[in-house]
Order: sequence, then C-alpha cells, then structure tokens
Amino acid sequence: MFGFHYKLERHTIPFVLAIIFVAGIGGIVEIAPLFTIGETVEEAPDMRVYTPLELAGRNIYIREGCYACHSQMIRTLRDEVERYGPYSLAVESQYDHPMLWGSKRTGPDLARVGGKYSDAWHVAHLDDPRSVVPQSVMPAYTWLDDTQLVTEDLGQHLAAMRRVGVPYTDKMIANAAADVYGQANPDSDRASGVAERYGEETNVRAFDGEPGPVTEMDALVAYLQILGRLTDAAHEQQALEGDLR
Amino acid sequence: MVAGLTKGERQFAIVISVVLALCGLFLAGAGHQRPLGVHGLLIAFLGIATVFVVLSGYIAPEPSEERLSSYYDDPSKAGIIIAMIWAIFAMFIGDWVAWLLAYPEMTFDAAWASFGRLRPVHTTGVIFGFGGNALIATSFHVMQRTCRARMPDQLSPWFVLLGYNLFCILAVSGYFIGVTQSKEYAEPEWYADIWLVIVWVTYFVLYLRTLARRQEPHIYVANWYYLAFILVVAVLHIVNNLAVPVSLGHAKSYSAFSGVQDAMTQWWYGHNAVAFFLTAGFLGMLYYYLPKRAERPIFSYRLSIISFWGITFLYMWAGSHHLHYTALPHWVQTLGMTFSVMLLVPSWASAGNALLTLNGAWHRVRDDATLRFMMVAAVFYGISTFEGSFLAIRPVNSLSHYTDWTVGHVHAGALGWVAFITFGSIYAVVPILWKRERMYSARLVEVHFWLALAGTLIYVFAMWNSGIIQGLMWRTYTESGTLAYSFIDSLVAMHPYYVARAIGGLLFLIGAAIGFYNIWMTVRTAREEPLEPVADRPIASDTPAGAVQPGE
Ligand code: HEC
Ligand code: HEM
Ligand code: HEM
Repeated sequence: MFGFHYKLERHTIPFVLAIIFVAGIGGIVEIAPLFTIGETVEEAPDMRVYTPLELAGRNIYIREGCYACHSQMIRTLRDEVERYGPYSLAVESQYDHPMLWGSKRTGPDLARVGGKYSDAWHVAHLDDPRSVVPQSVMPAYTWLDDTQLVTEDLGQHLAAMRRVGVPYTDKMIANAAADVYGQANPDSDRASGVAERYGEETNVRAFDGEPGPVTEMDALVAYLQILGRLTDAAHEQQALEGDLR
Repeated sequence: MVAGLTKGERQFAIVISVVLALCGLFLAGAGHQRPLGVHGLLIAFLGIATVFVVLSGYIAPEPSEERLSSYYDDPSKAGIIIAMIWAIFAMFIGDWVAWLLAYPEMTFDAAWASFGRLRPVHTTGVIFGFGGNALIATSFHVMQRTCRARMPDQLSPWFVLLGYNLFCILAVSGYFIGVTQSKEYAEPEWYADIWLVIVWVTYFVLYLRTLARRQEPHIYVANWYYLAFILVVAVLHIVNNLAVPVSLGHAKSYSAFSGVQDAMTQWWYGHNAVAFFLTAGFLGMLYYYLPKRAERPIFSYRLSIISFWGITFLYMWAGSHHLHYTALPHWVQTLGMTFSVMLLVPSWASAGNALLTLNGAWHRVRDDATLRFMMVAAVFYGISTFEGSFLAIRPVNSLSHYTDWTVGHVHAGALGWVAFITFGSIYAVVPILWKRERMYSARLVEVHFWLALAGTLIYVFAMWNSGIIQGLMWRTYTESGTLAYSFIDSLVAMHPYYVARAIGGLLFLIGAAIGFYNIWMTVRTAREEPLEPVADRPIASDTPAGAVQPGE
C-alpha cells in the first residue's frame, strides 16, 4: 500500500483525481438519496406558500441575521416539544429556499412562534426588546417601523422562487405588489384577492398597527405570525402519536 | 508590485482590470438604487484603481532574467500583511459582538451595527480574511520551496491574492448593507460566488503549473493538504451556492435547494469548510513549518499518508452531525455520527505525528515561542477533534446543540488550532521572506504567545461552562414533571460567562495587535545587507530561460 502511494505521489494528475474520488463518495451517498427517497419529506396537502408580504418579511429576517440567534427547528426531544410545540417536520420547510433551521439558540426557537403573541407585542418587542422583556439581549430594530417596504419587484422574487420549485401561479406573480398592499390593509379593495389566492386562513391585518403604506415592520411581523402555521401536519402527527401511546 | 511583472503581464493586468471595472459598471447600472448598485460601484472603483496602479508602474524597467533564479515571494509578503489586517479587524468585530451579548446596548442605533449583521462579518473576516489570506500566502511560499521551483509567472499569484480579497471585501461589506444568503460560512451572494470560482480555478491551475515544474520527484505532504484544500473547497462552494438570482440587477438570490435537502447540503458544505479550509489547509502549514522550525524530519511518513487519506475520505460523511434529532432522516444522522467518531483516528494521527516530530527538540519548544505556538496548535488540534467526535455522538449532541458548547468547540479549534498554527507559521516565515535573521523582538513573540494562550483558555472554559449550564437548564424538570426554567432564566445565567469570554477575546486581540506591530517592525528595520541564504533558491531549470515566459 505504501509502495503504491510512493508512486502515486509522484504524479500530480492521478493524485488530484484520487482526492476528488475519495472525497466525493460521502457526499453522494448521503445527499443524492434525499432527493429521490419519497419518505424524506412528508405529504401535506394543506401546505401553502408564503404570500409576497410574508416572503418579504422572511427576506428581512435573513438580511438582519435573526437566524444567528434563533433556530427554527424543534428537535424530537421531550423538553423541546414541551417548550416550543410539536417537533418540526421536513415538509414544513419544503418551500424554504434556503432553510433557516439555525445552529444557535441565543434566543428561543421560533419555529412555532406564529400566533403566540399579538402583532402589537411583536412591534413593541422589535422596536425595543427590553421594554417588553427587561433581561433580553436581542438588538432593537428601530428602523423597521419607518422604512417603507420595496414592493414593486416582488413579482420577480416570486418568479425566482418558482424557478427553484415553489408552486406560485401566474396570477400570484402578476398580483404580487397588490397583494402586499392588500394583506396589510384589510379595509382596502385589494384585501379580498389575498384570501382568494392564498386561502381564507391567511392573516390579513395592519400588522404594524397602522393601515396605509406598507412598512418593513408589516412584512416582518406578517412572517413571524405565519411561522409554524403553513400546514397543520406537525400537530396532526403529534395527535396521531398521542393516540398510539 | 508592478515592477516585478513583465511587459506582457502588465498589459494583461490592465486588460483584466478594465474588464472587471466594466462588469462593475454593468452591475452598478443594473442594480441602480439597490445594494447591488453599491457593490457594482465598488467593483468598478477597484478595477479602475488597479488600472492606475499598473499604469503608474508601466514604464518601469522589466525585471531581469535573474529573477528566474530566485523564488517569487512578493505576493506572499503582501498576503501575510493583509492576513494580519483582517485578523485585527475581524477579531475586533468578534470581541464587539461578544460584548454585545453581555451588554446589548453597546452599539449604534443603526442597522449595520446590529448583532445579526456583525456576526457574519466576524466569521467571514476571521475564516476567509485572516485564515484564507494566510493560507494563500504560505501556500505560495511552501509550494515553491518544496518543488524547488519558481512559480511559472508573476501575474497569476497577484490575481489570486487580490481577487480573493475582492471576494472578501464584497462579502463583508455586503453584510453591513444587508446582502447575505444566510447560509453559514457561505453568506456571500451569487456574483461574489461566481467571482470566487474564477479566482479559485486560477489558484488551482497555478498550483498545478508549479507542481509541473518541480525538481523533486515526490510531491511533499504539505502540498497534498494544500491541494485537497483548494480542490474540495471548490466543489463544496459550487454545489452549496447553486441559486437563482431574482434578476441580474438584484443581489438577492434564492437557493436551488430547500428544507431538508438544503440543510444537508449546507452542513455537508459547512462541516467540510471546517475540514478542508480550517483543517486541511492549516495541516499543510503544520507539515512544512513545524519540522522546519524544529529542524527535525516528520516523525512518520506512513502516519502522514494514513491521516491524509483518512481525513479526505471520512470528513465528507460527517456533515449530518449538525442535524441530529432534526427532520433529517435518521439513517443520515447515524452515518454522520459513525463517521465522525471514526474521524478521531486520522485526526489524532496527525496531531500525534506533529508532536512526536518534536521529540528531541523539546528544548527548542521551551526557548522558542514561535515553535511553541505550533506545538500548542497541535495540542489544541487534538483537543478540538476529540471534542468534535464526542459532540457528534447523538445523545451528547442533544445537550450541546444550539448552546454555547458549540461556540466553545468552535473557538478551541479556531483560536487554539487555526490561529495558533497561523501565528507560529507567520513568525517562522516573516524573517525568511524579508531576509532578516530573526523577528524584530523575540520578547514580543513571547508576550503574544502568553496573551493568546490565556485568551483562548478563558474563552473556551467560559463557553464550556455556559454551554453545559444552558443545555442542562433547558432540559431540567421539576418534581411535578414540568420544565424547571424559563428561557429567560437560562439567558440570565449566561451573563457572567459572556463577560468572561469577552475579556478572554480582548486578550487574544491585544496579542494579535502586538504580533502585527512586531511584524511591521521586522519589515521596517532596515538591514545593511539583506540576508541571502544560498540554499533558499530554486534549482536552475533545465529548460532555457526563454521557454518559461508567462502565458504559456
Ligand atoms: C443577539 C441575538 C438575537 C438576535 C440577532 C435576534 N434575537 Fe430575537 N430574541 C433574542 C433573545 C435573547 C430573546 C428572548 C428574550 C426576548 O423575548 O426578548 C428573543 C426573543 C425573540 C422573540 C420572542 C420569542 C418567544 O417565543 O418569546 C421573537 C419573536 C424574536 N426574538 C424575533 C426576532 C427577530 C424577528 C429578529 C431579527 C430581526 C431577532 N429576534 C433577532 C435574541 C436575538
Ligand atoms: C478575539 C478573538 C475572538 C472573539 C472575541 C470571538 C467572538 C465570537 C463571538 C462572540 C461569536 C458569536 C457566538 C454566538 O453567536 O453566541 C463568534 C462566533 C464564531 N467565531 Fe469567533 N471570536 C474570536 C476569534 C475567532 C477566530 C480566530 C475564528 C476562526 C478562525 C473564529 C471563528 C468563529 C466562528 C466560526 C463562529 C461561529 C460559531 C457558530 O456558528 O457556532 N473566531 N466568535
Ligand atoms: C474530528 C474532528 C471534528 C468533529 C467530529 C467535529 C464535530 C463537530 C460537531 C458535532 C459540531 C456541533 C454541531 C452542532 O451541534 O450544531 C461541530 C461544530 C463546529 N465545529 Fe467541529 N468537529 C471537529 C473538528 C473541528 C475543528 C478542527 C474545527 C476548527 C476550527 C471545527 C470547527 C467547528 C465549527 C466552526 C463548528 C460550528 C458550526 C456551526 O454551527 O456554525 N471543528 N463540530
């Protein structure tokens, strides 16, 4: 063996090929089957896509690096399920390009934070976390409330998402900017279109407390309020396992 | 810099810079009033500035043929200085975010200064800015010496070094203005990623071309590691960054993968960024500078072979240990755990090989802080790989995952191993590169060593404590079967450890600043007659000088 190596290390190209071959095996064996084995991602017929407002909120979450302190992945451990809710299923992040599972919990897990607090709580908390939770070390995001959300290119965002496999329809793409406005302005005539395209369950509210122009705060709160609520699959799974026990 | 280039290379450099500037202008136009526009202008500005730099030296006389009988070290020199600048900058940011976790108000009321944006500035700055530049600079030095051959041309090393730093600048400035993909250690967006591919391919080709000119029949061990580092990082980078941009005028892109597949791809990348960037590359440094400094041959050639191929094979399976108990299928988690534990064997083979090389040179370790830096690095390499294999065991990971224990492990590796071996190698190579007898002050190297060691120990112990306490508090139940502590309780318990960590980090940072001063003074202190060791020259190549013109 060492004799063979003694020869191998005299030849650059064979050496390079050997590295590629030896290093390639692991990744191929572990990753390729994830795309082909059906059970990897559960079926969830009720799974819906993000509205353009929620997607914009998600992009703000990414931009501000919230994922550096917050995970969105409840593990299959008793204490986590009791603290945060049913453990996360693969299908719940099926439309997450990229996923935001996170690797560090400086703050609590957010996978099921949707509906846990009121919109007003989130607005106050994001504006000044320590006014709500005095011991918090979360940064204050004072600028979200008075920054207008850029909406005119959201159709392009949905189209890009469709290219990577998210089932946005032509109508959704064409109406993206209108839907953003409608979702944050329940009394406007554009609000009904949102429910039509994304389902009756969709939150249509003035998330930042003020109807009218859509701010980044609207978008981020809309996103936080949908976390864990795109499908009921995880709750159903928990109920099922409870019955079995 | 320009004076070392031939006429042809100067012209080619101008062409590259002009093309770069045009690309920048295109992005600036397409991304007008968006973050991409800012980056476009930045690229255009740097491209034009380079044109002027080259033009200003254009008429200087061409380097003489004599250059071919010496190694080309100017890019290595520049790389070392740049690496130290990144070190100070990124560790300063690291310490800043460390203080922020203890006192969250210690910042400006501005988006760019919030924790979530600064943290990737720290990680990218230390790993790619400091580590990457040190790797590039030392690899140029090592490959020429171990091949006994000069690099084939003068332009490509500069292209690699400066192009790589353009990538780093785009990455770091992007986070400040909110451009990020959010994938850990792969945050830069598509245009920066494409640029890095171009730079990296040039780097790889340069390496192959130099190896092709070697006067030694064998490729030395250090080069195996540098090669694996370059090759595998290229593969990882390309696959993990596959994405669809919103448009050519948007910085934002959407990853080609989603959910569980994205998670697995990301941590296949993430863990092997650790393996091939933070481990393989630095093992390359270790295998050259440690024996050189100790003046002892590597303890065992066979051990080197076993550990090299072991690391190359096993690491690629281990990524899934970042995803224990998640929605990732169980079989993948189990594979990841198993291979992570096996990984301890080649890891300790490397660490052991390094330490056994020091047998017979321990008196040097005692007297020479530079060699001591390398010795401690090997020890911390052993510690952090043991810890890593331990953390990869599923039940252990149930406690450690998401906590500061991970951060403790990271910095045992990052400070104790990566930074220590880098500082040791830099102290070893600076006098060689600038042809000085020794560093400006051996005392200051000694001071740096102790500051760095104290800083690392304080940092790591603080995080081990806080991580384990945190993990235990999250899973402690009361007698009546309810969770004993709220999340906030665990947060409050972290405070003293966060303060301790920030102090440890400050010591480490001060050490690095002293190191920079020492290097600077070594460079500045003029010698009457620069030292020119006869041995430090390439073996004259058989081919006539005219045949090794660049561009072939
Ligand atoms: C420095 C780390 C840090 C960053 C960055 C951070 N957070 Fe937090 N977050 C915390 C901590 C600590 C808590 C717990 C204390 C509290 O409620 O403020 C928290 C709590 C929360 C909660 C309440 C969770 C619950 O279940 O009570 C929400 C919602 C939240 N953060 C959202 C965000 C968003 C959105 C961002 C990005 C814009 C963000 N956080 C950025 C640290 C952080
Ligand atoms: C002055 C020295 C340093 C200080 C004070 C420091 C501080 C920090 C802090 C506060 C964090 C964030 C931890 C958290 O989110 O809880 C961090 C993360 C990180 N640092 Fe450092 N750091 C230092 C040096 C380094 C060096 C030299 C490297 C690498 C070569 C490094 C690599 C990393 C990495 C990879 C992370 C991300 C860890 C993770 O996601 O788990 N750091 N550092
Ligand atoms: C045998 C070798 C090693 C093994 C098996 C290993 C294993 C692990 C494990 C299990 C984790 C925790 C994952 C989690 O729970 O999220 C981790 C995290 C990490 N390790 Fe290692 N480790 C090894 C060596 C190293 C070395 C030498 C470094 C060098 C700096 C390093 C850097 C990191 C980083 C940066 C992370 C944090 C990733 C993140 O969450 O952002 N590891 N490693």
